[in-house]
Amino acid sequence: MLVALMTDNGEGHLRQGEVLLRVTHLVVEYPSAGGGRVHAVSDVSIDLVEGETLGLVGESGCGKSTLGRAILQLPRPKSGSVIFDDLDLTHLRGKQLRRIRQKVQIIFQDPISSLNPRHRIFDIVADPLRMWRTGTKAEIAAKVRQVLQDVGLDPDAVGRRRPFELSGGQCQRVCIARALIQEPKVLVCDEPVSSLDVSVQAQVLNLLEDMKLRYGLTLLFIAHDLAVVKSISDRVAVMYLGKLCEVSSADDLYRRPAHPYTRALLRAIPIPDPAHKQSIEGVITGELPSPVSPPSGCRFRTRCPRADEICAAEEPPMRELADGHHVACHHPLWDGTGAAEPATSVAVPQGGGELTCGGS
Amino acid sequence: MTAPADGERPLLAVEDLRTYFLGTPGPVRSVDGVSFELNSGSTLGIVGESGSGKSVLCRSIMGLLPRQGVERGGRVLFKGADTSNLTEAQRRALWGREMSMVFQDPMTSLNPVMIIGKQITESLRLHLGLSKDESRKAAIDLLSSVGIPEPDRRFSEFPHQLSGGMRQRVTIAIALACQPSLLFADEPTTALDVTVQAQILDLLSAEQQERHMGMILVSHDLGVVAGHTDEVAVMYAGKIVEKAPTARLFSSMRMPYTEALFNSMPRLEDESHRRLAAIKGRPPSLVDLPRGCSFAPRCPYAQARCLEEEPQLRTDEKNPEHSFACWYPVDGPKSARSVPRNAPESVEA
Repeated sequence: MLVALMTDNGEGHLRQGEVLLRVTHLVVEYPSAGGGRVHAVSDVSIDLVEGETLGLVGESGCGKSTLGRAILQLPRPKSGSVIFDDLDLTHLRGKQLRRIRQKVQIIFQDPISSLNPRHRIFDIVADPLRMWRTGTKAEIAAKVRQVLQDVGLDPDAVGRRRPFELSGGQCQRVCIARALIQEPKVLVCDEPVSSLDVSVQAQVLNLLEDMKLRYGLTLLFIAHDLAVVKSISDRVAVMYLGKLCEVSSADDLYRRPAHPYTRALLRAIPIPDPAHKQSIEGVITGELPSPVSPPSGCRFRTRCPRADEICAAEEPPMRELADGHHVACHHPLWDGTGAAEPATSVAVPQGGGELTCGGS
Repeated sequence: MTAPADGERPLLAVEDLRTYFLGTPGPVRSVDGVSFELNSGSTLGIVGESGSGKSVLCRSIMGLLPRQGVERGGRVLFKGADTSNLTEAQRRALWGREMSMVFQDPMTSLNPVMIIGKQITESLRLHLGLSKDESRKAAIDLLSSVGIPEPDRRFSEFPHQLSGGMRQRVTIAIALACQPSLLFADEPTTALDVTVQAQILDLLSAEQQERHMGMILVSHDLGVVAGHTDEVAVMYAGKIVEKAPTARLFSSMRMPYTEALFNSMPRLEDESHRRLAAIKGRPPSLVDLPRGCSFAPRCPYAQARCLEEEPQLRTDEKNPEHSFACWYPVDGPKSARSVPRNAPESVEA
């Protein structure tokens, strides 16, 4: 490698200076049926600067949801630290932890099952405030109405209904309202649109962007759909089998993916253009190996077209190829010296053109 | 796309098909007057949001719906013969042998307490009368043709021992076992990861071409149908609202709903934080459809007429293969990105 080797201890992509949330060397393991351990998240570090959206993508089973939940200590990580507001969340217990969770909220994939079916929408949204006894009854009621309006629901129409009377998109709006009412700083969105139709998905993504501005949120946006992630994120981290492969600005990642896995994910996306021919090069076969006994060295090597002996022997460190573009790969698709392979960028069809704003 | 194999007769002709689920306060009009034809060797894509009637349409054609509580209308001609009044036994002879289906969720469409080999050989022995050994050999060949490594060993494994993608390959092997001439693939990749989705779609296309089957590929994702179909029908509220050869549909869509669906997708080539063109509102209730065009309440181009009169599916004068149901059609994805127009473009008698 001609690049100045920014070898490090897996934190090369973390930024200096003020960050809102810093996760370092997080490890989450689960016991598995055969007596082994599921290595769900293995030594992952990420950070979030105030006001940004970090997208986290990967296939199912790569540990992205576990990482999101472990930030809130659900479940507790085996090791590593989660620093928010000068506090290490991994050391907090009981009420202290619950208090922090007011500021770090989460919304889940299935909006219907994450709402209590027997409660009314008004109570679901009001509950966090009641629990912390913030304000009088009237103040709470006013606040609930405000938040419901903010997320695009009519408080008079839905307030007295129960979750089963609402559509999936409306339930997701309720989940967002419930998270927002505590005025969090960080919102972890765990696949918030994967169970929604494409038309409703666009509504919810637009809503998240609006709420981010209105409430001054910082988002960790977890999803498996790269097009969705790109549309909402400032930076994107790609995860594979419990490890980070690549971290970069959203636009740069899509313009010139450096990790063979990122390229494969991009190439696999179905393009709504019949003239677009899927490129065979870089497409991967097979499926995710078992996280109980992950491959040695680079975890992607068993499916990687570029893998050789070094990939099996040594785990690739996270290094910087260009400003803010980090990759953990022994044989990246391009390197920072300029001797890049220009053909590795993902071909996108024309016609994406001038999209006018949604006029809703 | 491909000429009918025997004479001029299409493989499948659906005429004014209606499926209403009876209930209170009124019937749910899941499929409401759908007509189309499908030839051997070609693939029809059906797209639409959840609840638009895509799956019910497939099940109605196959005859998989319960007899009671369902009101039916219209005809389904399979290889020229009307299948509407078949007995249960006659239908069983068609299922698997002549038409089969790959379902959305490979976790629930396989029998969890039966080894996968047996689930494949079942139909081989029943329909083709193969012996135990013959059917085993055929099943192993099928498993290897759908890309399952070590088919000998996999033959005697249970579904839970396989990953989601492998299970979907098994359901495809089951569907293909008796060489059916018509294959329904109902959201076959929705439950799968994007890298596996690409593999499964390519597999389905390859098998469809090799066996010269007619295939109906149902999806909510325009990207999925774009690369794997010859023709696309867009469904909304139980009706086909636009139908055209795939290339034509994507280059010059006319129905505002198709355009809205297309524009609401986030795209890779767009910069991040670009505002998405969401469709306002949500699909109408199939019990109480709005007057006029069902899409009118959500349509940015709706005029007074759209709220009063229901547009019928009509053929484009210049392109007989292209039909759409709209009073004020749009011109195609590019020009349509301009402001919604207020003047009717072409009003016909």
